[in-house]
Amino acid sequence: RDFNERCAQCSEVNWGLTDGGRFYCRSCHNVTERTREVENTDFVSNTRVQTISKGLRKQEKNGIGCEWYVCEGFQFILKKQAEALEALGVCPRMKDDVLCNFWRCYLQKSKQAYCDRPAGETIRALSVHDSSTDVDSEPSLLRLLSPSESEGDLQTDCSFASSASKVSASTSVCSGSVDGSLYLMKNQKEKMRMTMPMTLSFCYMALLWLREPMTLSDLLRFVVEGHIPYLNVFKHFPEKMKLCGLDLKIFCVESWPVYEEVHNKMLELAAFLDLPRFPDITDSCFLHPDMLCMKYLMEANLPDELHNWTRRVVKKICIGEADFLTLVPGNKSTRKVKYDVLAVALIVVVLKLLFLLDDHYEWLLSDFAEERNKNNKEGVFYSGAPYFEFKKWYKVIKCSLDVEKKKLDEERAKCLWRCEKPLFYSADKKSKVLKRRQMVVNLQNQFGKLSGSVRPAEKPNPSSFQFSWSEENTDGSCFHGHSLKGILQEKCGVLTAMNPDYWLCTDKLCTEKLCGHLAHYREADFPHSYRFVLRFFSFLLRIQPSYIHDEVCAVEQKLFNKKLFKRTKYSTGLRK
Amino acid sequence: SSHEHKLNFKKSKELCLSYIQDAMLQKQWKRAAEFLTFYVESLEKDFSREYVGPSEMIWRIGTEILCHHSHSNMKEFNSFIEQMKTLGVKRYLKVCLEHAFHLLCNGLVDEAYQNLSLAESWRFGEQTAIQDKEMKLIQAYRGLLDYYSWSKQKNILLEHGQDGSEDLSVEQEMHSSFRKAAVNLQEIIKIPGVWDLFVKCYVDLLEFYGDHNEARQVLNEYAYNSKFPANPNAHVYLYQFLKRHGESKKSLVSALKILHEIVPSHELMIDFNTMLQKSKKRKKRRLGLEVIFAVLDYAGWKENVKAWSCLARQVKQIVISGKHLDWIKQEWNSRKDWWPAFHFSRYLAKSNWQENASLSYEKALVAGILLGKDCKYFKYVSHQGCKTRVKRFRIMKKFVNKHNAVYQRISG
Repeated sequence: RDFNERCAQCSEVNWGLTDGGRFYCRSCHNVTERTREVENTDFVSNTRVQTISKGLRKQEKNGIGCEWYVCEGFQFILKKQAEALEALGVCPRMKDDVLCNFWRCYLQKSKQAYCDRPAGETIRALSVHDSSTDVDSEPSLLRLLSPSESEGDLQTDCSFASSASKVSASTSVCSGSVDGSLYLMKNQKEKMRMTMPMTLSFCYMALLWLREPMTLSDLLRFVVEGHIPYLNVFKHFPEKMKLCGLDLKIFCVESWPVYEEVHNKMLELAAFLDLPRFPDITDSCFLHPDMLCMKYLMEANLPDELHNWTRRVVKKICIGEADFLTLVPGNKSTRKVKYDVLAVALIVVVLKLLFLLDDHYEWLLSDFAEERNKNNKEGVFYSGAPYFEFKKWYKVIKCSLDVEKKKLDEERAKCLWRCEKPLFYSADKKSKVLKRRQMVVNLQNQFGKLSGSVRPAEKPNPSSFQFSWSEENTDGSCFHGHSLKGILQEKCGVLTAMNPDYWLCTDKLCTEKLCGHLAHYREADFPHSYRFVLRFFSFLLRIQPSYIHDEVCAVEQKLFNKKLFKRTKYSTGLRK
Repeated sequence: SSHEHKLNFKKSKELCLSYIQDAMLQKQWKRAAEFLTFYVESLEKDFSREYVGPSEMIWRIGTEILCHHSHSNMKEFNSFIEQMKTLGVKRYLKVCLEHAFHLLCNGLVDEAYQNLSLAESWRFGEQTAIQDKEMKLIQAYRGLLDYYSWSKQKNILLEHGQDGSEDLSVEQEMHSSFRKAAVNLQEIIKIPGVWDLFVKCYVDLLEFYGDHNEARQVLNEYAYNSKFPANPNAHVYLYQFLKRHGESKKSLVSALKILHEIVPSHELMIDFNTMLQKSKKRKKRRLGLEVIFAVLDYAGWKENVKAWSCLARQVKQIVISGKHLDWIKQEWNSRKDWWPAFHFSRYLAKSNWQENASLSYEKALVAGILLGKDCKYFKYVSHQGCKTRVKRFRIMKKFVNKHNAVYQRISG
């Protein structure tokens, strides 16, 4: 609560915060030894925030490095990530204006949570040889500290095992950061506790605010490809910021972030920070379905003409409106838009509209197109674009997809999680960890020599496009300019599909709130062509096909809801 | 859960491992080595709770790759293994032992000896007791190498005869090797197990130094101690020993009895039958018949002239004596359904006759007795044989014709 102690010198209660993190009496400028854990909501939060954002320069140094707080670590990481994004071409405003402010706002809002505890408790958690340590906190601390089981080494990692006398020794070095243990233990239930995946949520939120031409799937892919610091980013921490113990649990990443997780967290974050409506997504924005569809159509090597159709669908179901597309934090009633998934789902729906994708009709259409193309070639005058042949397209795409998927799978198997900066839980583990690291490096060298070919240069060049198809290719493997003539017809002055049918992925949407999904994708239930198309886009976006399937269902529901509505009305009518 | 596809440390290492395994199965050693370089960092965070942790995995995979990769050599291998030894205390002796095997396989006997000696002197708290079995094996193999030295030294001495004082040092070394070998070999064979090589060597040592009693005891233990797993070789060694030392027929026979039960198709069964046939005891002769019939149940003996001649001899003898036809009947009872097709088909008659007249002779005799003179085999062979005017075939034909009624009694 309030820091109500009277000043030792002047007996006033008028406290401020120094840059060094100590409380000082504003009346007489007496500095106390009270640490900053003990905070007062009466303070102008900015003082603390300013202290942090001033960085580590003002930190005191003791023998083993300086004192640093977990949120400073995260701040450093965010800064590095923003710089990387800038290097990728993102507007420089992102770092200093947008992201920084978001972060400050977050610190303000979340620090309030830190204050809600009596002053004494925080200090106890860090004390050494304190026999009166809170019994409840001990076991949880143990759990946090000893995840690993070594096999076969007598210097067991289980030095953290039950004996109480050892606990107090270990708590003194349980984290390099000042508040590491506190951070993990006390805030487990706190949903807005900062985590590594959340840094990406921050980044994405900033990108969205600026309406940068980078989707969330792009961002996550860049992370995996190493263009954005995430894995082992702590190796860039300044020398003075030592990591050990529980810091590892906070900053050490052992899995790649998942789209859903990052996206949901971003939404929570936006609401938590009480952000206003984000800048409008209009049809000139990259994230607008019209734009994104164009991009994905190109990447999928599909005819440009299909773009007209995605635009038509967008218009019909009114998802091109700024009100639909723009993020309004905290508004629980509207379903939040995932721009990349939506764009891709639109393409899938359009393909279904035109080609049906029932494993039968699309091949039929393809055969017709093939015939026409053959005839055209034989004719004297050959003008215009060839008819789009689904079969040809399928072959080309499947071939490329298989190659890329194979590469990706191998890359996943070759993922290296450790870096040259070793981590250890406590000082007594240090030598063992270093020895292991040395052995790993030796083995890597030994077997690396036997690998034959030199390992190719690490990161692929960052590119927004994973597939590129050039019209200059004479082998006819680029379908951008191909025509949909063969599958369209004119009715009442409007171009429609020759395909009269459509099958719905699902006739009823599930309730997202109950099971987290709109539909349940079971591969075996669907035609191969549909599955193939989903597979391709799921590779592109690096998400599960079921994700896209959900979105397809949602789009279909919107598109056909009048018909569906009519149907149910009709059927109920019958019953009467 | 929806995050099953999430790629984390554990999953990516599992994936990596499957690539290594695929590459190894396809003998793509370069590729296996490549993926191994990405796998080794799993040593740094050994969260594995499964039985085979990454360090054991890496040891075994690395060994395979280094054994097969064209660019690898013993030096690389040794340096790799030394690292593996430091990885896991619980596995230390096992790694040492297998390292020694590799060295031996590559002909580096001295290095293997050094390794084993070094391992023998290892002590590590309670691990020493836990890894007791491995330690015994290490000592046993070192003992084996001592035996090997002893053997070499012995041969040197035997070649040189009695001349020269340089032989004295060799002789001393020889005795010293003997002592070292004996101590260790003796220890391992006390433990129930299959120790053929150790037993043989130890017995060899004992015999050389004249301790026949001890040798006999060792072999008896090895063969008859029920704690030891059933091992045909144990009986073979015992038999050979007894034969070498001119033991009585009775003991020889008893040594082979169990062998017959365990491995009825063993090659010593011929000797066994020969001994039994000649015996005065009815029971032994009966057993002899059982033994030889059992031998010929096995495809490997189908064309063995000796086996057939043993059977033929005994059958003939029984028929002539007129007694104990029921023995043949008993043996034939379980075989009459399948031996005709197995041994006495017309096809076999032709091929046996073409390839080996003696074989067909013996078989025809047996066939004639068991199946009568009208059986395909006998008819063909005797006809062919008589055509060639070879005397014994005529005699055989007469014999079978004379005793034709026997087969009815046998099969009835």
